[in-house]
Amino acid sequence: MKVLVPVKRVVDYNVKIRVKADNTGVDLANVKMSMNPFDEISVEEAIRLKEAGKATEVVVVSIGPAQAAETIRTALAMGADRGILIKTDEEVQPLAVAKLLKGVVDEEQPGLVIVGKQAIDDDSNQTGQMLSALLGWGQATFASKVVIGDGSAEVTREVDGGLETLSLKLPAIVTSDLRLNEPRYASLPNIMKAKKKPLAEKAPADYGVDIAPRLKTLKVEEPPKRSAGIKVPDVATLVEKLKTEAGVL
Amino acid sequence: MTQTATTLIDRRDVDFLLHDVLALDALFGRERHAEHDRQTVAAMLDTAEKLAADHFLPHAAKLDAQEPTFDGEDVHIIPEVKAALDAYSAAGFMSAHADYDWGGMQLPHTVSMACSAFFSAANISTAGYPFLTRGAANVIAKFGTDEQKQAYLPNMLSGRWFGTMALTEPGAGSGLADLKTTAVPGDDGIYKVTGNKIFISAGEHGLSENIVHLVLARIKGAPAGVKGISLFIVPKILADGTRNDVRLAGLIHKMGYRGTTSTMLNFGEAGGATGYLVGEAHKGLTYMFHMMNEARVGVGLGAAVLGYAGYRTALDYARTRLQGRPPAAKDPNLPPVPIVEHADVKRMLLAAKSYAEGALALCLYGARLVDDSETAETPEARDRAFQLLDLLTPMIKSWPSQWALAANDLAIQVHGGYGYTREYPVERLYRDNRLNPIHEGTFGIQALDLLGRKVLADRGRALALLSEEMMATVRAAPPALAQEAAELTSAIGMVSETVAVLGRAAAGNQLEQALANAAVFLEMLGHVVVAWMWLRQATAAEAAIHAGSGTGSGPRAAFLDGKIRACRYFFRWELPRIGAQAILLQRLDQTCAEMPVESFG
Repeated sequence: MKVLVPVKRVVDYNVKIRVKADNTGVDLANVKMSMNPFDEISVEEAIRLKEAGKATEVVVVSIGPAQAAETIRTALAMGADRGILIKTDEEVQPLAVAKLLKGVVDEEQPGLVIVGKQAIDDDSNQTGQMLSALLGWGQATFASKVVIGDGSAEVTREVDGGLETLSLKLPAIVTSDLRLNEPRYASLPNIMKAKKKPLAEKAPADYGVDIAPRLKTLKVEEPPKRSAGIKVPDVATLVEKLKTEAGVL
Repeated sequence: MTQTATTLIDRRDVDFLLHDVLALDALFGRERHAEHDRQTVAAMLDTAEKLAADHFLPHAAKLDAQEPTFDGEDVHIIPEVKAALDAYSAAGFMSAHADYDWGGMQLPHTVSMACSAFFSAANISTAGYPFLTRGAANVIAKFGTDEQKQAYLPNMLSGRWFGTMALTEPGAGSGLADLKTTAVPGDDGIYKVTGNKIFISAGEHGLSENIVHLVLARIKGAPAGVKGISLFIVPKILADGTRNDVRLAGLIHKMGYRGTTSTMLNFGEAGGATGYLVGEAHKGLTYMFHMMNEARVGVGLGAAVLGYAGYRTALDYARTRLQGRPPAAKDPNLPPVPIVEHADVKRMLLAAKSYAEGALALCLYGARLVDDSETAETPEARDRAFQLLDLLTPMIKSWPSQWALAANDLAIQVHGGYGYTREYPVERLYRDNRLNPIHEGTFGIQALDLLGRKVLADRGRALALLSEEMMATVRAAPPALAQEAAELTSAIGMVSETVAVLGRAAAGNQLEQALANAAVFLEMLGHVVVAWMWLRQATAAEAAIHAGSGTGSGPRAAFLDGKIRACRYFFRWELPRIGAQAILLQRLDQTCAEMPVESFG
């Protein structure tokens, strides 16, 4: 079984981001970029499936500028087998990503697609679900455990009330949550080996997908500064204020 | 309050030093490193940065508080150390610099050192074990027989076995000529080693399956002094799985660096420890100095990054600690400002920045010379790099030990009362760093090595090469740095005049007087060399700005501006110290040397 893992190049989670002065977006000039942490978890899961003999090949795909190749190399250095870069300098929104991924799926015919539940830059949490709908495949989102059986997968999901276990027929879409695994480090020998692994370059047009944005960003602003708190004398006052002032009860 | 990953080493600085200042790209054109490029190096640094933050940093304070113990049989070390070192070896860092034939990656030393910077800044005690192992493995790789290489290198470079260097004895520290450990040859060419060693770092622990001691000893009947010293491999566990006659007499309880065991070892209590001669008899000190020179560059780097971590921690604190108001603000109702706004705090931080970043630049430049001495295109270029490195080694070891330590001192001061508590990491960083002016050749030993051997005995030849290199930077400096370039030129002149005076004295029967103030000379030349490092950094920063990087007001612009301002600070506040030092040296001042012992009181 082939496993397909989409990876996204995003602002590194350690970076304190700054909003551009004209409020059109986040300043990305000279900012450290790295693989979306949820995608790292997806790559790790796919490699573990291969190591356990459940998967035969791990293919990573990224959609973005030329530098997204570095993100693919990182996945290859972790242990993925080959990469596909769909190169574009345009903004690509979740629907376009899902359509492009459907094109890749049609071509590659994977038995499983593991997608990060969301990317830490736009926090959309849509790609996996949209891809599932476009393909007509089953989906298990927010996975914290994946067990591959014969033609099916048992996926434990993190839901509000606790854990939910689903069984779904393969091929299927799984979106990974934080506790699915702890991604490995790219070891130095594997970083060198990754250089020799194949990385194919494609364009959105190769898949016949119109990636023009369907959503328009009106404005990006810093979150309002937290104002000072107040001290209340007792619980009764607290409850009262939550009801009348905060309006949350 | 702890250190965080973001307070360790500024990755932008490492990238700036490697690429903008040290032109790392040139190394990728050399056969040994042909498979490397900017991307693989960046990926390796990423792994080093993450591994250091995830596995080395979290237990640094705990390891300091719960130092290793000895129950008479075994040494106990908190389990996090082994977990970290296993991850380190598994990621390939133990062997990164080694040949492909030995399972290494043939990574340039410059990059290998840059990776080490992250581990040592995060946790110098845990990083100490692989540091010693790599050093010992390098000696075996260079001077061992094929059989010895086969027996030890794969095990050491994979991290299964660790190594030590066992030089010091209770009666022979800086004066190695007096060492007494003896080796008696058997009929089979194997030696029996007997003697006591002290301050042996990583001499005992349960972190690896075996410990390979490299021991300096005198073969029975060997000439007295340093010419009768040989080097032996004495493993803790012998090839047949039995325990060698090496026993831990006790652990030493140190001020800092507490997680790296410091041991007293008894060799041959039960008749003689089995030892294998490395190379030829009586040449042990030469071989050991091969390791020592590498170790000295490594010590410099450790000192630099401990100071660096102190500086970054203090900077982070100063940006968030609200205290006091600007002197001109009269309204007590105004909120207090972050202490980083106060002029005196800025003074301390800028001093610490100039020491820490200057020291890191010096050490990575030293590593670049190690690379050039091995892989530069022509024999002449390799020889030139070797001579420069040989001259600079005492400064690479000592300058960070003195001045990055000063950055640790300032980091405590910036923290105020909190800095003096064990709840904050800056006091530990200071204690850890305080070892560095002492071990691997004290400050005084380095000073004699520099002035006596590498300047006077060399008749200033290597120093002339260094001056050429510095003058090349002067000529390349942009107009904006003309003032600094001129000051470096006069500093170089001052060094030449001083060396001329000392050289005449040494030739005219006053060698002892000339060497009496060697420590002052070490400080003086060290400051000139670091001023040079700052001019190189500022020149590279100017070039980056002109190339369009870091224009405007973003973080890149602030980073480059910081480099230029720190350079200016170093030239205005630090370099003038050499004036007073030159006077003392040129007068052959004997105030200290002539002090009667009785008059000390």
